[in-house]
Amino acid sequence: MTSLIETRALARNFGAVTAAADINVTINAGEIVGVIGSNGAGKTTFINMVTGYLPPSSGEILFKGKSILGKTPRQVMRAGICRSFQVAQLFPDLTVLDNVLIAYGMLKKGSLSLLRPLANARSIQQAETLLEEYGIAEYLPEMVVTLPQGVRKLLDIALAMIGKPEVLLLDEPTSGVAIDDKFELMDTVMRAVRSSGSAVLFVEHDMEVIARYSTRLLAFYDGRVLADGPTAEVMSDEKVKEFVTGHHLEISSPKEPAHA
Amino acid sequence: MKIATILLIAAAIAALAAGLVMPGWLTFMLTLALAKGLVVLGLLLLMRAGLVSFGQGLYYCLGAYCVGIAGDYLQTQNALLLMLLAVVACVALAAIIGLLLCRYRDIFFAMFSMAFSMILYGILVKSTAFGSTDGFNVKPPLLFGWTPGGESSPMMAYGLAVVAVTGVGIFVWNYLRSPMGYAGEAIRENEIRVEYLGVSVRKVIYIKYLLAAAMAGLGGAITALAAGHIDPEMAYWTTSGEFVFIALMGGTGHAAGPVLGSIIFELLRTYAFQISPYTWQMILGTALLAIILYLPKGVWSLVERITKRIAA
Amino acid sequence: MKLVIAMLMDGMIYASWLFLIAAGLTLIYGVMRILNMAHGSFYAIGAYAGASLVGFYLAGGYPPWGAYLVLLGAAIFSGIIIGLLVERGLLRFMYGRDEVVMILVTYAILLILEDVIKLAWGVDAYFAYQPYTLLGRTKLVGLSYANYDIALIFISASICFLLWWGLNRTRQGKLLQAVIHDRDTAAFLGINVTRMFTVTFVIGAVLGTFAGALTAPGISVMPGIGIEVIILAFAVVVIGGLGSIGGALTGALIVGLARSASVHLYPEAELFVIYGVMAVVLAFRPQGLFAIATARKI
Repeated sequence: MTSLIETRALARNFGAVTAAADINVTINAGEIVGVIGSNGAGKTTFINMVTGYLPPSSGEILFKGKSILGKTPRQVMRAGICRSFQVAQLFPDLTVLDNVLIAYGMLKKGSLSLLRPLANARSIQQAETLLEEYGIAEYLPEMVVTLPQGVRKLLDIALAMIGKPEVLLLDEPTSGVAIDDKFELMDTVMRAVRSSGSAVLFVEHDMEVIARYSTRLLAFYDGRVLADGPTAEVMSDEKVKEFVTGHHLEISSPKEPAHA
Repeated sequence: MKIATILLIAAAIAALAAGLVMPGWLTFMLTLALAKGLVVLGLLLLMRAGLVSFGQGLYYCLGAYCVGIAGDYLQTQNALLLMLLAVVACVALAAIIGLLLCRYRDIFFAMFSMAFSMILYGILVKSTAFGSTDGFNVKPPLLFGWTPGGESSPMMAYGLAVVAVTGVGIFVWNYLRSPMGYAGEAIRENEIRVEYLGVSVRKVIYIKYLLAAAMAGLGGAITALAAGHIDPEMAYWTTSGEFVFIALMGGTGHAAGPVLGSIIFELLRTYAFQISPYTWQMILGTALLAIILYLPKGVWSLVERITKRIAA
Repeated sequence: MKLVIAMLMDGMIYASWLFLIAAGLTLIYGVMRILNMAHGSFYAIGAYAGASLVGFYLAGGYPPWGAYLVLLGAAIFSGIIIGLLVERGLLRFMYGRDEVVMILVTYAILLILEDVIKLAWGVDAYFAYQPYTLLGRTKLVGLSYANYDIALIFISASICFLLWWGLNRTRQGKLLQAVIHDRDTAAFLGINVTRMFTVTFVIGAVLGTFAGALTAPGISVMPGIGIEVIILAFAVVVIGGLGSIGGALTGALIVGLARSASVHLYPEAELFVIYGVMAVVLAFRPQGLFAIATARKI
C-alpha cells in the first residue's frame, strides 16, 4: 500500500488551548477511514490543518512523500486533496446548476477566462451528469438556499469530488441529515468514491454509519489520537469505550442532536 | 455575432447620429453621463464580487488629470493618445494599490479605497502647479489633427464617449458570463468554497480591481476632454459616493444598469438643480433609501420585469 | 525645542477634537455594527444649533458666561432629537442588513440631513466666537494658546474617562458590553437589545452634536462642515480599530500628532499625512490597532 497522507507530530494550539497534539496519521490509497471523537476532540482541526486552512503550530504533513506544509487550501486542492464541510459551503444565492458550473469552470486550466461563456451546452450537460450521479438532478434550477439539508450536503461533496481528489476528507457528511436518509447519502457518496478510486477519511458521530462504511477507524480524544486500527478493533477498545463512545455503543445513539 | 451585440451597435450608431441634431447642452450632459457610466461599469465588476469601493474617484480624477497634464507637458492634443495614457496610468497605480486592497473586504475595502482617493485629493489640493482647489483648464483635444464640429462643439467627446461605452459595455456583458465573471459572484457568496475549488480569491479581486481602475480612468479622461476643466473635487469622497449611488440606482445585474443609471442621474441632477438647488441632496438621499428598500436590484430590474412580461 | 512643544500642543488639541468626533462614531459601530456616515451631519447640526443659539442668547444681552451652558444645552437637545428621529424613524427598520448596506443607508441620511441643515439655517455662515475669546489666552514658552483650546483637551479627556467608566464600571455598561460581544446571546439572556440600540444611538448622536457645538465658537459654521469631518473621523476609528473607545483615542492621538508634525514641518502634506497614516496602519494591521476578534467560520 502506498501512503497518500502522512502527518508527523502534528500539533495546534489556540493560545493556551491545545486543539491537536502529536497527531501521527497515515492514510493509504483505497482506504475508507472513519474518525470519531467528541466535540472539540480535534477532528475538524485535523482536516483544517491537512487542507491548509489552519497552519499547524508544529509538525509535518506529507502528501505522497512530499511536504505540503504551508500550502494554501487552493494549492492543497490542486495537489489532490479535497474536502467537504460540516456546514455545507456553497453559493447560497445561486442555483444548483450555477454552483456546479462554477466548480467546473474554476477547475479548468487557464480557468479564469474573461470572455468565453461559462454556461454552454457542453458544460451544462456535464453538470447534469454529475448531479444525476448524486441523485440530485431534480434540484438543478433551484436556489441553494431553498434546498433541504441532505441535498446541500450531497452538493457540497459533489463539488469536492469535481476536483477528482486522490484523498477526500469528509467533515461530518451526515450531520443535519435525517436519520432515514443517512445511509442513502453515504451509499451515494461511496459509490462515487469507488468509481473515482479516491481514499476517504470521514468524520462521523453515528456509530452505525462508522461500522457500515469504514474499514479503519481513528478515535480522537482531547486533541490526540487515542486509537487507530481496523474499525471493529477500535470500537471494542476499552479506552475508546471509556473516553469517546461512552458505554452506549450498543444502543448506537441515533438521537444525536444535529449540528446546524 | 449575437443579435444583442448587433442591436447594441445599431443603438450606438443611432446615438451618434442623434448627436448631430441634439442641442449642445444635451450632448454635453449625455457625454458626462456616459463618462460616469464607464466608471460605474467598472464599479459593477467589484460590486458583483460583494466589494463596494468608495474610492473610484481616485481613478476618475487621475484619468482626468493625466489628460490635463499630458496635454500641457507633452504638447499633445491627440484625444486617443491622451485617453490611452490615462488608462495606462490608472492601471499602473491600481497594480500597486490593488496588491494591498485585495486583502480587504466589506467596510474595510470601502473605507480603505476611500482613504486612497482622499490621499490624491489631499495632494492635489496642496499642489499649486495644478491650480490646487481650482484645478485647471484642459486644452481642446484633436482627433487625428481634426476637431469634429469645431473647437467649441461637444460633438467629439460625445462620440468618444458613445464608442467607449459601447465597447466597454460589450466587454462587461461578456465578462459577466465568463468564468471570471462568475468567480466574482462566487466570491460574494462564499470565499472559502472558492479557495477550495482551487482558485485564488485575491487574484480574482485583483484583476477586477485593475479592470475597474482602467474603466474609471477612461471615464475621467472623457470627462476632462468634454468639460475642458478639471479640479480635485473629482477625487473627493462624495464623487465616489455618487458612483456607488448610480450603481445602486441602475442595478448591478446587467451591463446596461450603470449606463441607464448614470443617464437618469444626470437628468435628475440637471432638473433638480434648476428647480430647487437646496433640496438636490435630499432628493438623492430619499431616492437612495427608496432604492435600498423597494428596488434593491435597481432600475434595470424594472426593465427586465417589463420585457419578461411582454415576452410572456 | 519650541518647535517640539508647539507640535505637541497643536497635536494634542487636534487629537482631542478628533476624539470628540470619533467617540460617538466608534461607540455606535461597536454596539450596532453600523458605520454611521450621518455622524458628520450630527456634528454639523450640533455646530449650527450651538452657534445660532449662542448668537441668539448673546444678542439678548444676557451674561456672557451663560453661553457655555447654552452650547451644552444646544448639543444635548439637538443630539437627542436627531438621534431619536434617525434611529426610531428609520434605522430600526433596517437592522439585520449587511454592514455595507448600512453604510449606504447612513450615506442617504447624510445627504438628506445636509439639505435639512441648509433649509433650517440657510447657506450663510454663522459665527459664535464669544465663548472662544472669553476665556483669554495663555503664553507657553513664547507661544500663545487659546484657553478654550486647552479646555478642549480636558473636556475630551473627561469624555473618554466617562465612556470608559460607563462601559466598565456600571451595570448598564456591562450589559452593553454583553450586547457588543454577542448580540443574540444577550437578547436570549433577557437584555432588551432594541432599547440598548436606541440608547446607544442617542448617546452617540449627542457625542456628535456635542463635538460640533464645542467646535462652533472656533470656526465659521457653514454648509459642508459635516462632510469634511466624517471622513476624518473614519480615518481615526479605522486606525484604532472600529468599535473600540481605546482605539478611537489612539487613532486620534496618532492622527493629531502626525498632522501637527506635518503642519509645522511640511505643510504641503497636511491632508495627505492623515490618510497616509491610515493606509500604513491598515497595511500592517488590516483590522486596525485594536480589532475585535472574529469567530471560526468552518
